[in-house]
Amino acid sequence: MYLEKKYNDFRARIRGFAERVIGPHAAKVDETGIYPPELFAAMGKEGYLGMVVPKEYGGSGFEFLEYVMAVEELSRVCGSTGLSVAAHNGLGSSPIVRFGTEAQKKKYLPDIACGKKIASFGLTEPQAGSDAGNTQTSAARAKGGWKISGTKCWITNASFGEVFNLTARTDPYSKGPKGISAFIIERGWKGFSSGKKENKMGLRGSDTAFLHLDELFCPEENMLGQEGEGFKLFMMTLDNGRVAIGAMALGLAQGALDSAARFANERQAFGQPIAAFQAIQWKLADMATQIEASRHLVYHAARMKDLGLPLVKEASMAKLFASEAARFVTYQAIQILGGSGVSARFPVERMYRDMKLCEIGEGTSEIQRIVIAREILSGVENLFGGIVAGKLS
Amino acid sequence: MDFELNEQQLLMRDSAREFAQKRLAPFAREWDEAEEMPKEVLAEMAELGYFGMLLPEAYGGLGLDPLAYILALEEISKANAAVEITLSVHNSLACQAIVTYGTEEQKKKYLPRMAKGELLGAYCLSEPDAGTDAGGLKTKAVKKGDCYVVNGTKNWVTNADFAGIFVIFVKTRPELGREGISSMLVERNTKGFAVGEKEKKMGLKCSDTRETYLSGAEVPVGNLLGQEGQGLKIAFSLLNIGRVGVGAQALGIAEAAFAEALKYSQQRVAFGQPIANFQATQFKLADMSTKIEAARLLVYKAALLYERGEDAAAEVSMAKVYASEAANWVTNEALQIHGGYGYVKEYPVERYFRDARVTEIYEGTSEAQKIVISRSILKKS
Repeated sequence: MYLEKKYNDFRARIRGFAERVIGPHAAKVDETGIYPPELFAAMGKEGYLGMVVPKEYGGSGFEFLEYVMAVEELSRVCGSTGLSVAAHNGLGSSPIVRFGTEAQKKKYLPDIACGKKIASFGLTEPQAGSDAGNTQTSAARAKGGWKISGTKCWITNASFGEVFNLTARTDPYSKGPKGISAFIIERGWKGFSSGKKENKMGLRGSDTAFLHLDELFCPEENMLGQEGEGFKLFMMTLDNGRVAIGAMALGLAQGALDSAARFANERQAFGQPIAAFQAIQWKLADMATQIEASRHLVYHAARMKDLGLPLVKEASMAKLFASEAARFVTYQAIQILGGSGVSARFPVERMYRDMKLCEIGEGTSEIQRIVIAREILSGVENLFGGIVAGKLS
Repeated sequence: MDFELNEQQLLMRDSAREFAQKRLAPFAREWDEAEEMPKEVLAEMAELGYFGMLLPEAYGGLGLDPLAYILALEEISKANAAVEITLSVHNSLACQAIVTYGTEEQKKKYLPRMAKGELLGAYCLSEPDAGTDAGGLKTKAVKKGDCYVVNGTKNWVTNADFAGIFVIFVKTRPELGREGISSMLVERNTKGFAVGEKEKKMGLKCSDTRETYLSGAEVPVGNLLGQEGQGLKIAFSLLNIGRVGVGAQALGIAEAAFAEALKYSQQRVAFGQPIANFQATQFKLADMSTKIEAARLLVYKAALLYERGEDAAAEVSMAKVYASEAANWVTNEALQIHGGYGYVKEYPVERYFRDARVTEIYEGTSEAQKIVISRSILKKS
């Protein structure tokens, strides 16, 4: 696709890094579920842990498009890395960059940007997944701050993250999205604990666990944004986060296509490389077309973010399309590899398992469709004075 | 058309269901994580006659008709698809090889022990460089005195770790290409025969899959199965019932995933009501169950045609390709309905999703099935 030279140079740089430094660990990371801390350190050194943090706070100050390309390239060789990095940057540092006070930025961003402290966020709860407005975690007023109690689940980087943005209900009489506020909390605080690591289908090198908050005291100055604004701020965070998950799906799909194309050229059957068969050629053509379309949607959403345009619909479309495309592409890659496709000897087996999260995390595909439909129908309402939009849940 | 099952079929289905739900389903996760199934469960299944389901009673088998057999496999797969393939390979590919193509001597020598589960069977067709193109296999057998000396490597061999008898396909006359392929029975303790490390797979993790190596293995000429040069024909004809079995396996996985999704959708509350109340969920459930129903009809019909001895290769391939695609589609939707819980091992859909994937690969990829189907269509027109 058309991109100015500086983006192609950027991609070449991060692809080189990903293939050289991250790629060789991908299979082992998946098998053992252990992520070597030195990989975080290496990414920190290159500025990949402060991608959306402005330079004045020690970050790399990348454009959002560059950030998205970086997630794509890291995911192309290792989905676990892609997810952990996206959570750290997009969910950990980004809300502080966008909604934090000057004091919060100064206190947290430099350590997060260099990777000294890994960050993430906590929205989902056991009884509040797609229905995220059903937050049960409570924050009760206490002297000088808030006492937070509750449980957050599916938290990326939970076992070692130091800083978490999370939501809690500050108005006990409220229901649904209203009355929820956001806070920045730290691992070391009394009342903080994380659960055992989730045993996931894929992305096994990326840490996922519960966070338990037991009367955790959070000082007033660590409220993120205004009281009662939490749900809105997190939804805005997810708009960006979803573009990154789209990028992750894109990277996994590209990795699978690259593997499958190489295999198709090398593998001989019926006296010729299987790439010579039309059935294989058409698979490759469809895979590449799906990837290209995903890339356009993902980059387009990223560009809108860079231009400061609202991207609710575009972010959801990018994530929805790219993650379904990744399922199609990794699926076909396995078909092309045959038995080798379901064997851990080749990376597509891992990519297929990794891909599946992209249709779940940061809003399932079903939720993306709700978001997109709501955006479309709210436009219809304006044109015709209609009545449907408010009814959507 | 008759959609009624006969008494034997119903009995087999119900008893297999009872056994599988009691003895297999509760341990499926544990065995998946351990990547092993306990030997005792094989012994229990032997006791029930599951290792001789298609074999005539004269050899100690249950003498089931193919549909009764397929119904049992479906039930077992619902509980644990890895156990299903262990049985399916033994019954469909190994026992059937001998009962269909073996000499009376071979039958007497092997079948009674196979039916009792004392001797388990494996099937070795694929090689590292010959999968879909099975005719391109390279393992060679050279006649020397009263033995064939066999050299080569076979891969993706199910049951390799504990099988006692391996049905292998070799080139006895490489210069003839596909026509130079023969089939023979190799006993485990044959000198020069060895099995490799257990494969790390996406799914069916507690079934055993390995490479097997033949280096100067001496196989008595009496172990030739059928005639020299008949090998590929034998291989493909065995795959007919094998593929119906994979169809039944896919069907079982899809049904299990659907049952979980249905249950979960009625329990999980979001936006103040069970998610089964949402039309998007309802339509998913409708599509899942329609695909399952279609897969079931194709699989059962293939079993009936197989029983009648008709040339049913195309219908068998249709059943396999459709059921395996449906299983992958259904398990994916079941996972979506579970959301994050679908992605972790606490819920069985995570395993169903992984287990379903290989049904579109082994015993002929979907692409190989489409070669069979299209060839049959074009030949008829």
